[in-house]
Amino acid sequence: MDWHILAQQLVNGLTLGSIYGLIAIGYTMVYGIIGMINFAHGDVYMVSAYLTAIAIAVLTGFGIDSAPFAIVITLALTMFITGVYGWSIERVAYRPLRGSTRLAPLISAIGISLVLQNYVQLSQGAKPQGVPTLVSGTVRLGTETNFVQMTYIQILIVVVSFAAMAALTWIIRSTSLGRQCRATQQDRKMAAILGIDTDRIISTVFVIGAAMAAIAGVLVTLNYGSFDFFIGFVTGIKAFTAAVLGGIGSLPGAMLGGILLGLFESLFSGFVNTDYKDVFSFALLVLVLIFRPSGLLGRPEVEKV
Amino acid sequence: MSQQTRTPADAIPQPLLDVRGIDTFYGAIQALRGVSLHVSRGEIVTLIGANGAGKTTLLGSIFGNPRASVGSVSFDGEDITTLATHRIAPRGIALVPEGRHIFPAMTVEENLVMGTIPVGEAHLDEDRAQMFELFPRLQERRNQRAGTLSGGEQQMLAIARALMSRPQLILLDEPSLGLAPLVVRRIFEVLREIASLGKTIFLVEQNANHALKLADRAYVLVNGEIRLQGSGRELLADPEVRKAYLGGH
Ligand SMILES: Nc1ncnc2c1ncn2[C@@H]1O[C@H](COP(=O)(O)OP(=O)(O)OP(=O)(O)O)[C@@H](O)[C@H]1O
Ligand SMILES: [Mg+2]
Repeated sequence: MDWHILAQQLVNGLTLGSIYGLIAIGYTMVYGIIGMINFAHGDVYMVSAYLTAIAIAVLTGFGIDSAPFAIVITLALTMFITGVYGWSIERVAYRPLRGSTRLAPLISAIGISLVLQNYVQLSQGAKPQGVPTLVSGTVRLGTETNFVQMTYIQILIVVVSFAAMAALTWIIRSTSLGRQCRATQQDRKMAAILGIDTDRIISTVFVIGAAMAAIAGVLVTLNYGSFDFFIGFVTGIKAFTAAVLGGIGSLPGAMLGGILLGLFESLFSGFVNTDYKDVFSFALLVLVLIFRPSGLLGRPEVEKV
Repeated sequence: MSQQTRTPADAIPQPLLDVRGIDTFYGAIQALRGVSLHVSRGEIVTLIGANGAGKTTLLGSIFGNPRASVGSVSFDGEDITTLATHRIAPRGIALVPEGRHIFPAMTVEENLVMGTIPVGEAHLDEDRAQMFELFPRLQERRNQRAGTLSGGEQQMLAIARALMSRPQLILLDEPSLGLAPLVVRRIFEVLREIASLGKTIFLVEQNANHALKLADRAYVLVNGEIRLQGSGRELLADPEVRKAYLGGH
């Protein structure tokens, strides 16, 4: 085994894992606060890829050719509009069904997922879409034949993802909004009695989750350049796997689970088989669910007394 | 004292808390039947009742959870019957709930900060210092996770958290439940201190002996209805109350 192949797979895995981590945050925070999986979350990510393409097209139309400026504006716009999608999903699919059976909102969320896929397919076409390359270039380490490389976009992905995760961690730990989120998560009824508008907090959590997925959507789109209306499905399940691996409901768990899944997956593709990497991830999901359903950092589900 | 401030409580035209004829249901089960009671500014009022009488439901109905379907709840002259739950605390009411409901994964300090939501953090340092004076145990454990506190400490924390919102009226649901006699005595001492700070207290208890000794006035709730009312002293002497709530002597 050559060290540079291993190192290259670790670099690739870190990049991929950052993306999984960003999307996993939405699953884990929503689960933490309402105890349910947002099955439309993968499609929110998909929508953000299209919004990225639209934003870049509009900016190019205005003749903006500074890449950093275009990326910052694209991130801001996409996070905002995707956040509106997240907010709407809670309003349409979850809030009206609060207090009914646990299954009902899951079914309505799957409904939203199908609506989003079909709406994007109809309005944007079924063919894969693409965006022009905004950033190119790589950093190389090593000799002429044995080297590890990281593209500028990969560096951007890792830096932006870690910055976003650090910012979110700070918000949840140290701000009043973060404390209100944690209070609502731990004891919703008591939170309301203390004066917290828990409906607003639940909406905020959906918006945060969607905005994090939007960061992932922008970064992936800048990296791969092409996408279609179905990308939310597989990536969504992967990110969900990451959230379960880290311990669903746990914010650091989602980040850790994302990074680990990315690393496992690229090591598997590098040293075992590329075609079976999705199978590997889903097998991992099944194994975690069987042997450690509370994940690495989650707490075992304890019935409240 | 001037003559005006000595007006007897009954003559004050507008009580701080005024509950009028409320019915509250859980689905088809009726938990409260035409309950009326009032608490005037500066009073300590207690409500005693057996398990399942509807005590917790009554406090819940003041916070709109569960909401009364008939009747009205007013606070300081304002009808709060249909107000959203999170809008009640900012009016000046705080609840120390049955079972404490502190946030177990937060530190003691963070739990205290959660009490400041209705008033903001402007008085945080001052009020926190006052709570640490009232409950020195909480200061020792300020950075400890609240879930790891003992039952008595959790009860102190729940009371301190409620006080952090600078309420006019504080509602307590069986604060002595499950605590050792010494801790119970400390809790009742604290309630006296809180009253001396000018807070109005509405205390729900099964520990009728302590509660009736503390209270200016008292109500007895039986099967969702107010059965008796009077001064604490009167009810302490009432044969029916003695038989049902004070061990029959
Ligand atoms: N969530 C609920 N769903 C259905 N019924 C309920 C619910 N909560 C309370 N009840 C019923 O309402 C009645 C009053 O209950 P409540 O909890 O108010 O009594 P309590 O006086 O506080 O009793 P305890 O001293 O045991 O705390 C009881 O008959 C109880 O079974
Ligand atoms: Mg009760």
